[in-house]
Amino acid sequence: MKIAVTSMGTEIHSQVDPRFGRARYIVILDENGTVLEAVDNSRNSNALKGAGIQAAKVVADRKVEVLVTGHCGPNAFRALQAAGVKVVVEQSGTVKDVLDRLNRNGVAFADQPNAEAHW
Amino acid sequence: MTPMIISVASGKGGTGKTTVATSLAWVLGSTAQLLDCDVEEPNCHVLMKPVLQESQPVAVPVPVVDANKCSLCGKCGEICRFSSIVVIGNQVLTFPEMCHGCGGCTLLCPENAITEGGRELGVIETGFAGPVEFVHGRLRVGEAMSPPLIRAVKHRINRHKIAILDAPPGASCPVIQTITGSDFIVMVTEPTPFGLHDLKIAVGAIEDLGIPLGVILNRSDIGDGEVHGFCSQKGIPLLAEIPHERRIAEGYARGNLLVDSTPQYVDTFLELFVTIRDLINGNRPHLEETKS
Repeated sequence: MKIAVTSMGTEIHSQVDPRFGRARYIVILDENGTVLEAVDNSRNSNALKGAGIQAAKVVADRKVEVLVTGHCGPNAFRALQAAGVKVVVEQSGTVKDVLDRLNRNGVAFADQPNAEAHW
Repeated sequence: MTPMIISVASGKGGTGKTTVATSLAWVLGSTAQLLDCDVEEPNCHVLMKPVLQESQPVAVPVPVVDANKCSLCGKCGEICRFSSIVVIGNQVLTFPEMCHGCGGCTLLCPENAITEGGRELGVIETGFAGPVEFVHGRLRVGEAMSPPLIRAVKHRINRHKIAILDAPPGASCPVIQTITGSDFIVMVTEPTPFGLHDLKIAVGAIEDLGIPLGVILNRSDIGDGEVHGFCSQKGIPLLAEIPHERRIAEGYARGNLLVDSTPQYVDTFLELFVTIRDLINGNRPHLEETKS
């Protein structure tokens, strides 16, 4: 299973970035904690508009099944749902912390966005 | 009388753009057309009291995708700078509220799967205020994007008249959309640190457009002399000064034009127009050539 976690860094011990669209990195890993890719998201994070939609595309194009982040706005959420990506929000700590929580089934999947649209 | 386009802008809000634009239009009478481009909060009509004869809705074209024709090639999403259309998973999503209406996706789609629908931006209303031709735009409540409506207001510019454009405050896209293509920009400011701060930002944004500009100092007898200093340092002409007078404020509070509440300013505004016209002529390169 491919998991994406928004992160301040590129490693398993990096802190979770609470932002989705404007996250510094999007770390792609498997359920065993092996980092498959750390996507530099700086191009999106500096985008004028639509950062969340583009980040959703980054995640969907890599066939990720579960995205873990802090906040997810309505446009990003709609895009992730369209791609069939499950979303976990309001997470903090390190990438490893959230992976452990996920593996213990200690998190619930979001059924709606938890942030307002940005203008 | 040569047709021309004069924009009235400012950095800081509430400095007197509308006061200047309306009185300038009024003294020019039937030779003038006043266009209120502050579509988020138009207010020229409050002072001008026009009889509005026509109202026309304005929409921006947004993509409508025929999923049966779409091959999910993704070209539409690649051209879109605003992520208002994206191929994700096995479908194409549109975010019409984010679309700027450039039409790029429609043009690029190899399957001709995209047609153009419309998102209503607001209305344009036109009429006359006495002899002055009047146009303004009113942005729909809830709409976040004003430049396409400002563009539509500017399509109504009468090329046979002196068009006076009342710009929104600030120095961002709506201001640039308004003033681009003008022959002259009147910057209205006040002699305060706040006025100067925002004037600097606006002048910085406008300078690159290469349009001649001048400053009107409103409430000129308050504050300090820093705006004077900035203008002389930058070589920006000071076009007029309007002092902080109770009569002007009272007239404004009643919804009266400056030139109505204080008629001695009729000459000030006529002189202002002559100054602007001379500055425009002096700044036209082809006229420089014929002189030499």
